[in-house]
Amino acid sequence: MKAFDYARAASLSDAVGAPACLIAGGTNLLDLMKLEVETPSALMDITRIGLNEITAEGDGLRIGALVTNAACAADPQVRQGWPLLSRAILAGASPQLRNKATTAGNLCQRTRCSYFMDNRSACNKRRPGSGCAALGGINRNHAILGTSDACIATYPGDMAVALAALDAQVKIEGPGGSRRIPLREFHRLPGDDPSRDNVLQPGEVITSVLLPAPVEGRQIYRKVRDRASYAFALVSVAAVLRIEDGTIVQAQLAFGSIAHKPWTDPRVDTLLVGERPSKALFDKAADLLLEGAQGQGGNDFKIPLARRTLAAVLAEATAE
Amino acid sequence: MKDSYDNPDERNLLDHTRQGVIGQPLDRPDGPLKVSGQAPYAAEYDRPDCAEGVLVGATISKGRVRAINRDAVLGMPGVLAVFSAPEMLRRAAQGGAGEAPMQDVRQVEFPLQPVALVVAETFEQATHAAKALKIDYDDQTGKAVLMPSPDKAEPAKDPVESGDLDAALKDAAHVVDVTYTTPGHASAAMEPHAAIAEWDGDRLTLHGSLQMVKYNVKELADSVDIPPENVRIVSAYVGGGFGSKLGISHEAVAAAVASRQLGRPVRVVMTRQQVFQAVMRRSETVQHIRLGADADGRLSALGHEAFVSNLPEESFSEPVLQATEFLYGGENRRLALNISRINRLTAGSVRAPGEAVGMPALEAAMDELAVALHLDPVELRKRNVPDEVPGQGKPYSSRKLVEALDAGARAFGWDRRMPLPCQRREGEWWIGMGMASAARVNILAKAEARVTLRADGTVLVETDQTDIGTGSYAILGQIAAEMLGQPIDRTTVHLGDSLFPQGAGSGGSWAASSTGSAVFRACEEIRAELARGLNCAPDDLQLRDGMVWVEGGEPRPVTDLMDGDIARVGRIEPGELMEKVKQATYGAFFCEVAVNAFTGETRVRRMTGAFGFGRVLNAKTARSQCLGGMVWGIGMALTEELQFDDRDGHLTNHDLAEYHVPVHRDIPEMEVLLIEERDAAASPLQAKGVGELGICGAAGAVANAIYNACGVRLRDFPMTPDKLLAELPDPFAGPT
Repeated sequence: MKAFDYARAASLSDAVGAPACLIAGGTNLLDLMKLEVETPSALMDITRIGLNEITAEGDGLRIGALVTNAACAADPQVRQGWPLLSRAILAGASPQLRNKATTAGNLCQRTRCSYFMDNRSACNKRRPGSGCAALGGINRNHAILGTSDACIATYPGDMAVALAALDAQVKIEGPGGSRRIPLREFHRLPGDDPSRDNVLQPGEVITSVLLPAPVEGRQIYRKVRDRASYAFALVSVAAVLRIEDGTIVQAQLAFGSIAHKPWTDPRVDTLLVGERPSKALFDKAADLLLEGAQGQGGNDFKIPLARRTLAAVLAEATAE
Repeated sequence: MKDSYDNPDERNLLDHTRQGVIGQPLDRPDGPLKVSGQAPYAAEYDRPDCAEGVLVGATISKGRVRAINRDAVLGMPGVLAVFSAPEMLRRAAQGGAGEAPMQDVRQVEFPLQPVALVVAETFEQATHAAKALKIDYDDQTGKAVLMPSPDKAEPAKDPVESGDLDAALKDAAHVVDVTYTTPGHASAAMEPHAAIAEWDGDRLTLHGSLQMVKYNVKELADSVDIPPENVRIVSAYVGGGFGSKLGISHEAVAAAVASRQLGRPVRVVMTRQQVFQAVMRRSETVQHIRLGADADGRLSALGHEAFVSNLPEESFSEPVLQATEFLYGGENRRLALNISRINRLTAGSVRAPGEAVGMPALEAAMDELAVALHLDPVELRKRNVPDEVPGQGKPYSSRKLVEALDAGARAFGWDRRMPLPCQRREGEWWIGMGMASAARVNILAKAEARVTLRADGTVLVETDQTDIGTGSYAILGQIAAEMLGQPIDRTTVHLGDSLFPQGAGSGGSWAASSTGSAVFRACEEIRAELARGLNCAPDDLQLRDGMVWVEGGEPRPVTDLMDGDIARVGRIEPGELMEKVKQATYGAFFCEVAVNAFTGETRVRRMTGAFGFGRVLNAKTARSQCLGGMVWGIGMALTEELQFDDRDGHLTNHDLAEYHVPVHRDIPEMEVLLIEERDAAASPLQAKGVGELGICGAAGAVANAIYNACGVRLRDFPMTPDKLLAELPDPFAGPT
């Protein structure tokens, strides 16, 4: 690990605009620092600046940036109104990691692409312009939607996929003031600049995540993985579905581990609304979702897997 | 008494001793020390002024180090030195080598092979400098062999051939002709490879994480060119080895070289990634299996041809066919093991080399034969238990295969299995059952141990035997306590120090039976000494709780017969029995899985194993070994796979987040049945080895259960969702 300066922020204002890499739970950053994939010369510890409460805000909920994953998943309000979020968090990592990992830190989790992590292969995310070794390499875990010639990495997390389905917002404080953006727009597609995972600007700090009012209906998080715990998703589906008189009246879907961001496709949601559930409908939804999907060899299976997982979730959500 | 074990000891002495601790499920005395952090592992010894070394891996796949730019890193904070000495290892030693493995670290044979060691005052300084070190290579990656090439394979040993396989297959009523593949595996022990070396003049002491101290001493001595008697190795607690610590490896020799030069202790701990990348792998295998049977399922033809790989000149080849040679009949047979050479890290022993991968493939092929025959898979196996080793005319020692099959089937509820696939559906899940036989060769290894019955009646056992988490501390104490009639809490066991007599080491499942036999024999000599005091035959001695008597006589304190400590060294060597009779351990696995009809995820719902391995020395540690093996089997069946990038041959999944061993949630309730057995041909304890048996076939039971659940017959381990998906039936369709 490269030596670094360490400072502890006393308040949010210390952190905003600080010329340092922010650290909270450190569950991802420290690993990357040990590998020297990340080599910050200065760290600012933001664990003592508050932002660790979950509070009602209108009909919705404000989750402080530094609420741990464990606390968020266990929160009675979250479990009552947004159980999808709780389930997604509990589907990820291990209890030890969830005790340390924070809401904002988890949103900023970096990809698990082995060529990004190994610090020696070509990787446009780690070393812009060096190429992408995952193309033509071991890419079983990689993206099938929204990829570019520069990068086929995925955003690997679970929590953000649920937040995307719930249409959460991210509140950000920056040197020039605060802003609020939909979570669905927080993560980027790689395009020709995969070095940037999300739209945070230098000096900006996530302060909270805002959940809109709870949605009636069923909330399902389905994570497909090689082993039953402590494995990143092959494909995940977060679904909020409301059925009335046998007809789907609301649908909000998001998909994990198939793109550089939690993947949402409003066309799929729109297609489902007003329809009665059927195998044919699920197929049509999958056709639409996956029409631009492209496998890279090792991950070709994610296309049928996403189709089948979507069908399983829709079948479960619309079952009598 | 001759050291070699040539005649079966039928006395079954341990059935007549009175202390009553042998076989008991006693806790391991090292357990509380380990869970409370008081058992020091290799890297945890506090040596004053210890410097920290970090290994540097090659960035090329083949070639030679031309120059190392030391100066740039020597100016970095805390950096003391950079080593790339000819003595340093480019390959880890194979088990039992007893001499230096391939040295000259500057010759690069596989990607990320250690080529240098950076030593600094702190671990972080050394790590940072190691990453900054610039090395100039003569890069011959273009000439490297990066993928296994079965077409270029050569025989690893002479094939076993008898009869006419092709003709028998032609005449057979039922034929199975299939190819199974298994990927490379990692030992993935919890404790990474670690060593602290320090010199006192020309004497070297190494605290290491090693399985076979007596060989490791010679390997280390030869590597740094000093006499073995000048080397002391301490390996008192080992956080798992599974074969990867059988031989001396990169970190130990690098630490010794650096310490000699710097004149202070040097610690080298390999990172998790380095252990995966540089130490040892299990070879991938391609296995062509041909079975021919008559209408009743009796095998007339058995072909098993396997392809494995290793580095050039490496002597080890994964002995895939080891159990195929003796498990079933089939007089017309061809068993051939072929090896190709590749620029990947050393292939060597990973838990149960051979049977771990050969048995699942054979047992899955047997399942395919049972399907072809419409015959119960258990019955098929029972019809093929041979009277003598096919083609060798050699008798078997005690063999509990049939008993294990029956007991396991009964306990598991095998009779509730649906004979055809796709019959049981619970929600999204197809449910199925599968079984497999277990078999593993048994080996008695040369061993010595010293036992002292001290003047105060307490017992001390000393040997360089290691305990790699298997229970040696408990078992060796139980044998001595039983033989000398002392409570277990008056028995102390000291292990893993080369100053002690040479045990068998931990490998090949032989530690408990071999070093245990040495302890047994040392105790026999002490008993003979005591018997002289009572003018009786040693076997007439009765000993319990520190008292001694002969039948009908009055018990008296054993210390009354002693003039001070009685210390004896017991010795055992393999003898004629190893050749005259086929010794092996047997068992059976039964498994129920659920396969998700939509996603292809497989989860094991329950598993039963029944095992016969001679006398059970400690029912708890034996059960734990069986459980651990079955867990390995589940990992091998469903998740474990070393993934190499064929473009440059580097390993892409080199940590426990990406190399998926089972976690708690993958492991359901597991049942282990220990079959009562005494095998006098195996050892004076009538015990055989158990450390590896639990994996030998387990993955086959899982694979067969997957077929029974959903009708998909995969022949490529591990059976991950991506492979199952393509062949799964329509998830919306119910049972057929």
